[in-house]
Amino acid sequence: MAKKLRILVAKPGLDGHDRGAKVVARALRDAGFEVIYTGLHQTPEMIVSAAIDEDVDAVSMSVLSGAHMFLFPEVIRLLKEKGAPEISVFGGGIIPDEDIPKLEDAGVAKIFTPGASLKDITDWVASNVQSTK
Amino acid sequence: MSSNLKKEYQRWKEETLAQTLSKSPERKEKFTTLSDHEIERLYTPLDVENLDYKNDLGNPGEFPFTRGIHSTMYRGRLWTMRQFAGFGTAKDSNERFHYLLKQGQTGLSVAFHMPTIMGYDSDHDRSRGEVGKVGVSIDTLADMETLFDKIPLDQVTTSMTINAPASILWAMYLVVAEKQGVSWDKVGGTTQNDILKEYIAQKSWIYPPRPSMRLIVDMMEFAKDHVPRWNTISISGYHIREAGSTAAQELGFTLADGIGYVQAGIERGMSVDEFAPRLSFFFNSHSDFFEEIAKFRAGRRIWARVMKERFGAKNPKSMMCRFHTQTAGCSLTAQQPYNNVIRTTIQAMSAVLGGTQSLHTNSLDETLSLPTEEAVTLALRTQQIIAEESGIPATIDPFAGSYFVEKLTNEIEAKALEYITNIDKMGGIIEAIEKGYPQQEIGNASYKYQRQVESNDKTVVGVNKYIDDSKQEVPILLIGEEVEKVQIQNVTKIKASRDNQKVEACLQNLKQAALGTQNVMPFIIEAVREYASLGEICDVFRETFGEYHDPKWL
Repeated sequence: MAKKLRILVAKPGLDGHDRGAKVVARALRDAGFEVIYTGLHQTPEMIVSAAIDEDVDAVSMSVLSGAHMFLFPEVIRLLKEKGAPEISVFGGGIIPDEDIPKLEDAGVAKIFTPGASLKDITDWVASNVQSTK
Repeated sequence: MSSNLKKEYQRWKEETLAQTLSKSPERKEKFTTLSDHEIERLYTPLDVENLDYKNDLGNPGEFPFTRGIHSTMYRGRLWTMRQFAGFGTAKDSNERFHYLLKQGQTGLSVAFHMPTIMGYDSDHDRSRGEVGKVGVSIDTLADMETLFDKIPLDQVTTSMTINAPASILWAMYLVVAEKQGVSWDKVGGTTQNDILKEYIAQKSWIYPPRPSMRLIVDMMEFAKDHVPRWNTISISGYHIREAGSTAAQELGFTLADGIGYVQAGIERGMSVDEFAPRLSFFFNSHSDFFEEIAKFRAGRRIWARVMKERFGAKNPKSMMCRFHTQTAGCSLTAQQPYNNVIRTTIQAMSAVLGGTQSLHTNSLDETLSLPTEEAVTLALRTQQIIAEESGIPATIDPFAGSYFVEKLTNEIEAKALEYITNIDKMGGIIEAIEKGYPQQEIGNASYKYQRQVESNDKTVVGVNKYIDDSKQEVPILLIGEEVEKVQIQNVTKIKASRDNQKVEACLQNLKQAALGTQNVMPFIIEAVREYASLGEICDVFRETFGEYHDPKWL
């Protein structure tokens, strides 16, 4: 049997609104993934070192504070720098439509915006996240 | 009379109702509120048999204030229309404030950006990408002077949504007033300053709970002696609800926080009537019309009884649950965003029918960004239409005596009291927070609700029903990256041009006060007067009190 995918659910930046991150974390867990939750107020460095230490297949980030254009690319840059470019990065939050292509260009695999269903998210993970082992 | 009514009700059920049900069943087996509270088909005088008008409702302006805290309510004075605003630099936000005042808004409400909320200056590494995004950036007194430029602080009241660093922003506000020639006894407004709900729901904390409570009590004490018109704490259910709680949880946890603050004030040696009249509340108004009205009414009744019976308050003002309301941000949808105007209107009507003292109505674009000027104007007009066209404010507490609303008020009160009792049993709100009790109750409620939306048990128009794939485009407000550069320049300039020796001395004095038991407010005021920055002052407290970290509960 294939090993369960491991997902790091991370809450980067200074914002504390964790309702979305926690609901998504629970839904991923209920859908059969292994979920590690970072807790709040994580810097990109903290997230990347947790992703590597925990040997995850993907990092999921929730950003509601408007700082997504810094936080997503920075996590991707650091993953590359630390030799873990295969870890996929996806996420969601209050992210204007016009920023989505820019984030995708920066290497973000998928952005979910307000109103995305939990099923959309868990289905996407099941069909798109690949094991890094 | 009651036995006749019972017989009559039974007869109606067996004859009229049974006949209808046999031909056409109801749409659902069970009807529930948004918070999953079961609602009966019909309420009759039997449901309010034990309601005692004088003891349970009372006339408005009198104990237990169920019908309202003022004897004339909106016939005397309408609620304060107070739209929460702030973005970019202090200059950008000052312009928005002048605009809102010109549109007929009657009070100001400041939104700060995340670095200010978390106690970092704009030039700090942790502030990268966040400057000016979700609120205005305030680093030093200079920014606060710009923010209130040409706004006379003896003529407007200002609410500041700030918690962990509330003492510092308040100190800056007081110094701005002083520089305008306004004496502190004429300064009115509110600091949210409710740290307990941060641990429970909004999660914008800096220090651990106990030293944070000390800062709050210092503010309560300072206000009592020097700024008598200031509401030192706005005890907030809003964020608890936004984090996914039910209506009864919002009420129970918020009032339990209130009890925590009152106890802390008494432990400092103040008498309850010296500080309790300056405590105010802040609630959410969500989409279930009657549930919200009942919640507001129940809140006033519980607080009045707690203050009188538990804390022995004598001054009726100590017993009044005065509150601000904001419509539910979490009810807004990115899909079909114009529907948000309707949601907000219904929620605003609940708040007014529930007797709020001030109101913020959300703008239709707030799931997408901070509101544009057009969107915020429409939100303000919503309040003005309710106030001046709908007729709703003409009489006080119009739903009193409704079999349904009175019964629902009793039921929500009972559920909220159950939470308060559970927290008392744990030893108080700080102990409950340390155990994660409110946090986990809210987490469970929010996950359950999301599941109900996904399974279509709860309808969200445009999201899981009446879906329309054609996209409604609305203009949104974008905060450019240049704001960060400009603000870093602003704070760098101030840090270079102030008297840094004086700043250092002030910070040292503050540290000594923080280590001891003296009230820190005069020391903070001295430091901000010398343009010590918010981040520098927070660092003094970080060194003294330590930092709080997320327990990572899912």
